[in-house]
Amino acid sequence: MMQSLEPQAGGFNFNNCSRNSVLESGLSELGFKPPTARKTGTTIAGVVYKDGVILGADTRATDDMVVADKNCMKIHYIAPKIYCCGAGVAADAEITTQIMASNVELHMLNTGRPPLVAMVTRQLKQMLFRYQGHVGSSLIVGGVDVTGPHLYSVYPHGSYDKLPFLTMGSGAAAAVSVFEDRFKPKMELEEAKQLVRDAIAAGIFCDLGSGSNVDLCVITEGGVDFLRGYDKPTEKGQRGGQYRYKPGTTPVLTKTVTPLTLDVVDESVQTMEST
Amino acid sequence: MLGETGPEWLSEEVKTGTTIIAIEYNGGVVLGSDSRVSAGASVVNRVMNKLSPLHDKIYCALSGSAADAQTIAEIVNYQLDVHSIEIGEDPQVRSAATLVRNISYKYKEELSAHLIVAGWDRREGGQVFATLNGLLTRQPFAVGGSGSSYVYGFVDAEYRKGMSKEECQQFVANTLSLAMSRDGSSGGVAYIVTIDEQSTEEKVILGNDLPTFFDQ
Repeated sequence: MMQSLEPQAGGFNFNNCSRNSVLESGLSELGFKPPTARKTGTTIAGVVYKDGVILGADTRATDDMVVADKNCMKIHYIAPKIYCCGAGVAADAEITTQIMASNVELHMLNTGRPPLVAMVTRQLKQMLFRYQGHVGSSLIVGGVDVTGPHLYSVYPHGSYDKLPFLTMGSGAAAAVSVFEDRFKPKMELEEAKQLVRDAIAAGIFCDLGSGSNVDLCVITEGGVDFLRGYDKPTEKGQRGGQYRYKPGTTPVLTKTVTPLTLDVVDESVQTMEST
Repeated sequence: MLGETGPEWLSEEVKTGTTIIAIEYNGGVVLGSDSRVSAGASVVNRVMNKLSPLHDKIYCALSGSAADAQTIAEIVNYQLDVHSIEIGEDPQVRSAATLVRNISYKYKEELSAHLIVAGWDRREGGQVFATLNGLLTRQPFAVGGSGSSYVYGFVDAEYRKGMSKEECQQFVANTLSLAMSRDGSSGGVAYIVTIDEQSTEEKVILGNDLPTFFDQ
């Protein structure tokens, strides 16, 4: 009964690519641009600390230069103690993680064992390699299994890295600079949470594609602590005072009234549709 | 295929833009690699070990597209496992290299990776095989990756037949250091693996411990 491990007949369908190319050439003659896939223009990060793994993400989803979602969730559930941050094309990251979650559950039932982070990473990268980079999701997979805490990154073409700290997305450069400065192995919980928060905040402030709030997900042997909206560094502050002037601040020196006489020249009535 | 301009994630493939080298001595082989993985102008992993085990005494060095190279190594690792169970003994280095070559040749239009296979077996001792573009050739030493272009002259001038294990390790360290200082896509630390009849030894040389040469 190994059906779950067979390649699925469903999944991604690329039939519309030929339709899109015909439409594109037709539209460009008329001067229209075809719609682009929405990317999450993201900062995601992960860190291995003393007792487990902390994943962090910003919450802005962009459509070219417009913010499409101010508070989207980029940390996805895969298994009870394995979560995944997604960057790249929003739909691809979302669906890929959902497919993985479903495969992992079937694998758990088939083998009778809790899943390994390495297993999730392997399934992910084999699927992404099969699609040769056309599924545009970059993912950071982190979790705790029977062998301990692990953190992997998986790229759209199917390569992976295993490291103690990772960042991805358009804000990765800003976030990794914080890690390179302050990361230490076996940090305490509060120190590690502050570090991940600072790394995501660096992405939020220094990268145009990232913004809004910081979401954290702390995974340990004992369980998962999903901190949605852990920090909101871009929240509007309280205004200290007002620039409104009291009536009478400017003194009136002279007052002249000139009435304008208007004659009615023409009168016409236009009725509105009131049904 | 990647010629047309599309979204960046299509064109910014993760490459191992590398320097890899393997050299044979009497009784074993020494493999070496740098540790830089780049995507466009960004370094995504500065400590990647590109010397991947295919079997207990057979390693391969990865270069080119990270996804393609990692996938080939994983598939050949699996195929070698099956093969060694079928024959009931440790596989030959030539078998491992042949498996790599078969994949590299069959999918040569789609793949963009070069693996150097090196190891030790009972029949032929230490061997180094190059599998570039789907050929299979046994060589006394092989270099590969983007950084190799800068050190062809050095390895051709400095290589001598009959070097000892320590001389080979020093040769590999020198070559990697020179390539890493000239190639923008190579850098980080140097990983060196020595395989002989008794053991398989993995070693890391950190940045400031690398041999230094003329550098202004």
